Amino acid sequence: MIQLSAISRVFTMGDQEVRALNHIDLTITAGEYVSVMGPSGSGKSTLLNIVGLLDQPDSGTYLLENRDVTALSESEQARVRRERIGFIFQSFHLISRLTAAENIELPLILEGLSVAERQARVKAVLDQTGLADRANHRPAELSGGQRQRVAIARATILNPAVLLADEPTGNLDHKTGAEVVALLEKLHHAGTTVIVVTHDRELGGRAHRRIQMRDGEIVEDER
Amino acid sequence: MKLSDALSLSFRTVVSYRLRALLILLAMALGVAAVVTLTALGEGARRFVVNQFASLGTNLIIVLPGRAETSGGFPGAIVGETPRDLTLGDAASLQNLSGVLRYAPLNVGVTEISTGGRLREVTILGSTAGLIAIRHMKLAQGNFTAGNGPNPAEIVLGAKLARELFPAGNVVGQRIRLADRRFRITGIFATQGESMGFNTDEIAMIPIDHAQALLNTESLFRILVEASSRNAIEPAKTAIREAIRLRHDGEDDVTVITQDAVLATFDRILRALTLAVSGIAAISLAVAGILVMNVMLVAVSQRTAEIGLLKALGATRKNIKRLFLLETLWLSLAGAATGIALGYAGSFILRLVYPQLPAYPPAWASLAAIATALLTGIVASLLPASRAAKLNPVLALSRR
Ligand SMILES: Nc1ncnc2c1ncn2[C@@H]1O[C@H](COP(=O)(O)OP(=O)(O)OP(=O)(O)O)[C@@H](O)[C@H]1O
Ligand SMILES: [Mg+2]
Repeated sequence: MIQLSAISRVFTMGDQEVRALNHIDLTITAGEYVSVMGPSGSGKSTLLNIVGLLDQPDSGTYLLENRDVTALSESEQARVRRERIGFIFQSFHLISRLTAAENIELPLILEGLSVAERQARVKAVLDQTGLADRANHRPAELSGGQRQRVAIARATILNPAVLLADEPTGNLDHKTGAEVVALLEKLHHAGTTVIVVTHDRELGGRAHRRIQMRDGEIVEDER
Repeated sequence: MKLSDALSLSFRTVVSYRLRALLILLAMALGVAAVVTLTALGEGARRFVVNQFASLGTNLIIVLPGRAETSGGFPGAIVGETPRDLTLGDAASLQNLSGVLRYAPLNVGVTEISTGGRLREVTILGSTAGLIAIRHMKLAQGNFTAGNGPNPAEIVLGAKLARELFPAGNVVGQRIRLADRRFRITGIFATQGESMGFNTDEIAMIPIDHAQALLNTESLFRILVEASSRNAIEPAKTAIREAIRLRHDGEDDVTVITQDAVLATFDRILRALTLAVSGIAAISLAVAGILVMNVMLVAVSQRTAEIGLLKALGATRKNIKRLFLLETLWLSLAGAATGIALGYAGSFILRLVYPQLPAYPPAWASLAAIATALLTGIVASLLPASRAAKLNPVLALSRR
């Protein structure tokens, strides 16, 4: 489902070149639960951004669902992001002036769905994630765990094939982090491919496939 | 993304950043209000002048003795001597010319008026009943029927003059003296006030033949002619000149002016002035545009993370550009509406302060102001919106 071959990403800072990704080959099949770990600066986020089409590789090919997605136009890539990929960030990235329900509704608005369908879907997802009583609260009135659950609801409302989480528990305490992990695993069980970047050994260890990165390369890949 | 959703989403954003919204709205509103009010002022001045001319009479042609050498066409610009008098006979010769609806010979002079021991100076107009029709004068009481003469000695008094001379009222039918001649009062002018320097409230009008005898002259001050229609003005003018030239042994020694030409000149000048003034006011809209652009650029950099997020959620560049364009469009729209309201209020105050000035903002100015405001908003948001659309989502999201 995800096939990366010889993917490189080089950043130039002044006259210095940083190889954030160095000829990465990686194949992930549908429904896998993968963790990516490694020291800071090893290229984990860069990998995730390229898989999520937020960033373009400098060389190599990337097939998503057997389609060369790096060759797509900007608006086609946006569509793939919208319909096939869900992002979860360490800092939640909720829009503070919108309520929980409205934040969750955003992808549906971008997709151009009708108001009635949007409301039905948002309600369903709020019930599933146990956020029904928080629907009309703004992010500032929610706890960290609740915020991340809203963000997960938003990322998954269009049933993406891949869920990409960059340190989803990085800003959460142990207990709420565990709740978020449980939610991610529930989505995995429902058939979504989940890729989690994390520094947390315990969380990383729970994944069925564990990838270690160092200096832009994959140094370990255990199942 | 549907347009209706983009509209409501951008509207909500606008509302949630109150201070920013207020700032942009105010800048736009002041610009629009300035355009509307200043145009109203210019239009008011133009209409004031046009009304003044209209009160002189419609389709008016004025015949003066003497040849004007200037092309300006203003009576005051006439130079040179009067080679030949304009007479009552000249006036009568215009009677049957085609295009001439009616005419009135005119003499003006100052003399003493007295009754029952009261005495004062008065400006007298000597003319015929035609003048009343041509100049749209109105009588409050009685009538004035003088023809080319000979006429009975009748007189019509201005309203204020009548009040002063006959404080007790009951004026019509009384007798009064002008110099050493006796006249019977047959009417009183309605109060009209000032019009082009003439105050009909303080004058008296007598038949032309009596005026010429009183002032001891055979020479007319001028002849006023009303053409039968606007289109008849030019042919009538030519016919009048020709008729008088024939009577003056082939000498083209009168000046024929039309108020139309004078009015058109004033109209042009004042229109140009109005446009210039509203143009200057429109500059304030351009300044507002620059402000809008800056505020929106700040908004884009403040909302970098949000833009990155929208991209991660699958928004296209077009979606993001549109959201920011619509934000400024909402603000411009609200600004324009507020500005129109302010502008109308401003014009209203102008009319209160200067009641003579019909300072109504013309519809075209309001429309132009709204259009300019919207256009300014769109143009000003182009740069910020495309900057937002081009943001690198990875960088946008990593900034916290
Ligand atoms: N936009 C950028 N410009 C320049 N260098 C960059 C940029 N993004 C990443 N890098 C560099 O690329 C390398 C990999 O960065 P990346 O963010 O992928 O690391 P990471 O493994 O996610 O680290 P962390 O655990 O700290 O999040 C780092 O050396 C980083 O400095
Ligand atoms: Mg990272």
